[in-house]
Amino acid sequence: MQAEKFPHKTAVTMSYINKPKFKHPQMQTNDIGLTRRDYEGTLTTLCGGCGHDSISSAIIQAAAEMSLEPHRVAKISGIGCSSKIPSYFLSKAHGFNSVHGRMPSVATGANIANKELYYVGVSGDGDSASIGLGQFCHIVRRRINMLYIVANNGTYGLTKGQLSATADLGSKTKSGEESHFDNIDMATLAIELGASFVARSFSGDKKQLIPLLQAGLSHKGFAFIDVISPCVTFNNTDFSTHGYKNTWENHIALSEVDFVPMREEITTSYAAGKDKEITLHDGSAIHLHKTSNDYDPSDKENALHHINAYKKQGKIATGLLYINQSMSDLHELQETVDRPLNSLGNQELCPGSETLNDINNTFR
Amino acid sequence: MSELIQSSKVTALTKINDFVVKFANVNGSGSASANGLFAKAVFRMGIPISPHNIFPSNIQGLPTWFEVRINKNGYLGRREGVDLIVAMNEQTIGKDIASVVPGGYVLYDSSKTLSNELLRDDVTYLPIPLKDICLEEFEKPTQRQLFKNIVYVGALSAFLNIDFKVLTELVSDQFRGKEKLILPNIHALEIGHQYASDNFECPLNLRLEKSEENKGKILMDGNTAAGLGCVYGGATVAAWYPLTPSTSVVDSFTKYCKRLRIDAGTGKKKYSIVQAEDELSAIGITIGAGWNGARSFTATSGPGISLMQEFLGLAYFSEVPIVLFNIQRVGPSTGMPTRSQQGDLLCCAYASHGDTKHVLLFPANPSECFEYAASAFDISDRIQSPVIVMSDLELGMNEQICDPLNWDDKSRYDRGKVLSAAQLEEIEKYGRYLDSDGDGIPYRTYPGTHPHKGSYFTRGSSHDSYAAYTEDGAVYAEVMDRLTLKMKTAVNYLPEPVFSETSSNNLGLAFIGTTTSAINEVIDSLAKKGITPNTMRIRAFPFHDSVTEFFGAHELVYVIEQNRDAQLKSLLKIECNIHEEKMHSILSYDGVLITAQHVEKSIINSMNDMNASGEVPA
Repeated sequence: MQAEKFPHKTAVTMSYINKPKFKHPQMQTNDIGLTRRDYEGTLTTLCGGCGHDSISSAIIQAAAEMSLEPHRVAKISGIGCSSKIPSYFLSKAHGFNSVHGRMPSVATGANIANKELYYVGVSGDGDSASIGLGQFCHIVRRRINMLYIVANNGTYGLTKGQLSATADLGSKTKSGEESHFDNIDMATLAIELGASFVARSFSGDKKQLIPLLQAGLSHKGFAFIDVISPCVTFNNTDFSTHGYKNTWENHIALSEVDFVPMREEITTSYAAGKDKEITLHDGSAIHLHKTSNDYDPSDKENALHHINAYKKQGKIATGLLYINQSMSDLHELQETVDRPLNSLGNQELCPGSETLNDINNTFR
Repeated sequence: MSELIQSSKVTALTKINDFVVKFANVNGSGSASANGLFAKAVFRMGIPISPHNIFPSNIQGLPTWFEVRINKNGYLGRREGVDLIVAMNEQTIGKDIASVVPGGYVLYDSSKTLSNELLRDDVTYLPIPLKDICLEEFEKPTQRQLFKNIVYVGALSAFLNIDFKVLTELVSDQFRGKEKLILPNIHALEIGHQYASDNFECPLNLRLEKSEENKGKILMDGNTAAGLGCVYGGATVAAWYPLTPSTSVVDSFTKYCKRLRIDAGTGKKKYSIVQAEDELSAIGITIGAGWNGARSFTATSGPGISLMQEFLGLAYFSEVPIVLFNIQRVGPSTGMPTRSQQGDLLCCAYASHGDTKHVLLFPANPSECFEYAASAFDISDRIQSPVIVMSDLELGMNEQICDPLNWDDKSRYDRGKVLSAAQLEEIEKYGRYLDSDGDGIPYRTYPGTHPHKGSYFTRGSSHDSYAAYTEDGAVYAEVMDRLTLKMKTAVNYLPEPVFSETSSNNLGLAFIGTTTSAINEVIDSLAKKGITPNTMRIRAFPFHDSVTEFFGAHELVYVIEQNRDAQLKSLLKIECNIHEEKMHSILSYDGVLITAQHVEKSIINSMNDMNASGEVPA
């Protein structure tokens, strides 16, 4: 069923992967000579079949294919099952498992200190839509240049299955408790608050998720991906709108995306009129395959309209929902120096005693 | 000539360079700059002063006072009683006039007749029709309002013998760049001076004489100094949430960064300041930046400290350096937001759940606010833990005479134990929390340093020496014990207590921060009674061994502090194992600066009590 929905090329056959040096496909090296293994993390401690493990695996594949240098990535998370994810990918990258709901502020500070790294924030629906909703709103407003992933399962897994704020109205927990409240849609919220890249995907659909992750990493500005990621233990019943069954059956891609890294651009061609190409800040591009509804992800109002229209039909709009490549990030808005702030030393920062004497004189 | 209400009974005060002038104003009426002008003029005449703003949590309408103590002996603490009141607030005029000591003076706006019940027969009234004068002299309504304040400063210059040239120079300095404002202000000063000279015998017996006491000194508030200290200390990231009385720390940092931290070539900024959505976010940003190798700080006060508790525990346990300024105000809860207290000692020393401990620095004057702000970044980087600079509203928001700020150009930032890529190459297996040096301080790496060495996972959950998650109780305990050792090591980097030994006797005084302002006066007046205690000004927590030794060397130590619950005493009891009977508390917690009179009275009373019961220290 999913194969029909996403007939475009799969990640394994992506044209920009170098010819394998080794026979085993898992041991392929990328442009910087690393294998997939170099992008892995520690062994997962999540439940077998957890959607979150698919997200880790998608990030590993996305980063490996892009030939990201693992140590140039900083992984930051809050608290909860979702926030364990950074342990399970890129062990060569520094990680920071902070406090519940506060990943956005820690990521903000880290980004301010060194703008040259890639920042990947991983959070959950409890972490970002409840306890940390305020921080989520404000990091979007502040336009931090990062990829922010919400592993969204509609439940509190680590405390055994309470409803979360993204649980849909009328959906039920495993114990039968029904949600009486409207859900918070993180994607529409992000669009409304001014995020410059907003996507939604499904942990079970790597073909869609991986190019979105890659595009999100390449995007300059705040890139948000709401990933429906079923909780197999507490929220995967037939009534769970965040479960595998419902998500498979009801997620509809508004746009189908391929990611084309900068160096591959010349060799990749798409039929004019059929696809739309969006060039990202770092020279890479995303190709949007035309879908039946002729979706335009550069139009905010249109995006909100489509998401809400599908929601009314019980459908989940996925794919690249909104993109604006021309927004400045916080560093540009604040006009910080080109060098990372954490690399500045005495000479650049300390005005010295002579200046201090002048200042003293203004207080006499 | 205007009517001078003066009873024949009055013996007017005769005092030179030793009195208290208090201004009672309405908040938002423009009095602050006029009153500041007065204080600065006295300072420039070389006479020691200490101005105190006693202001409401309000923008316009509520009563506000500006109290200036002038003291030739350099007693910069508050003194009880007012020698001259400038009574400009009808809401409080009764209380204000009542606060004047017998023989004192009342300057008031006589455009409106003073009601009979406000007439005292033991004070001298100095009526000046300020409103009427300004109506006549100025056209614009705002000028008529604002210049009332300047006119009374002009009158005071005649009454108190302020050098008029000093005043006019100050006005020129204050409005440099806004030349249009200089002449009208000087005109207003002249009107006041003229009116007082024409209608009263000037100067009064309460008067100023030029002196040389302020040679080399500056007049500055602690928050300005702290913000500047952050610039000198190499802070590049400030994240904050507006909160009185801490706001002006970041205001000062912003102001000086705009002047001193712009890259000459590109015009770009060598700093980033983020006004966060709340204090949780402010400290989160600070921690994120600290983790990533930038020197970062946040400034807040009591309510913010409460919100930051969880993050402080994270920074302590995951060992991230940050600097936090707590400009203490009166709690609990919202408390008195614009009054001062030393009430957050316990909640900062052990901030957050579980076993924690944080380094606290206690500046006592603006020079130390600057010095500790700058050195807090070194200490924090060195020990990889938060450093909290414990100022208070009194120090943060009031100007104080102090030594000029000092910087040694030979000093270099101490970034602590940070491994470079080359150093990582030499290491076989890097352990973020390994105590290789035996001092409890492990080695950190910044993200992005080395392609395959030195990465680790920072977490607030229990971890082993290699930063791996663990629920092994023995491993957890080992980490906790190392953190205890680390805090012991930290003491080596903290400012030592300041001792003054007057004689070898058995009586001591111990205190911190703004309490210091009362101490020289206490010592002098106790000496007249034959009591000569030694003093210890504590400047940091965890305490040095010399703190414990001071208690060991004295039979009785008065621990003087500005909170209800004797929090400093509690800390001393917990940390130094000092017996309860060795310590007597002297407390002040009404929100205004502790006075020497209060301390002295408390000591005398306590000693009398002990004499009566026969337990006086030898």
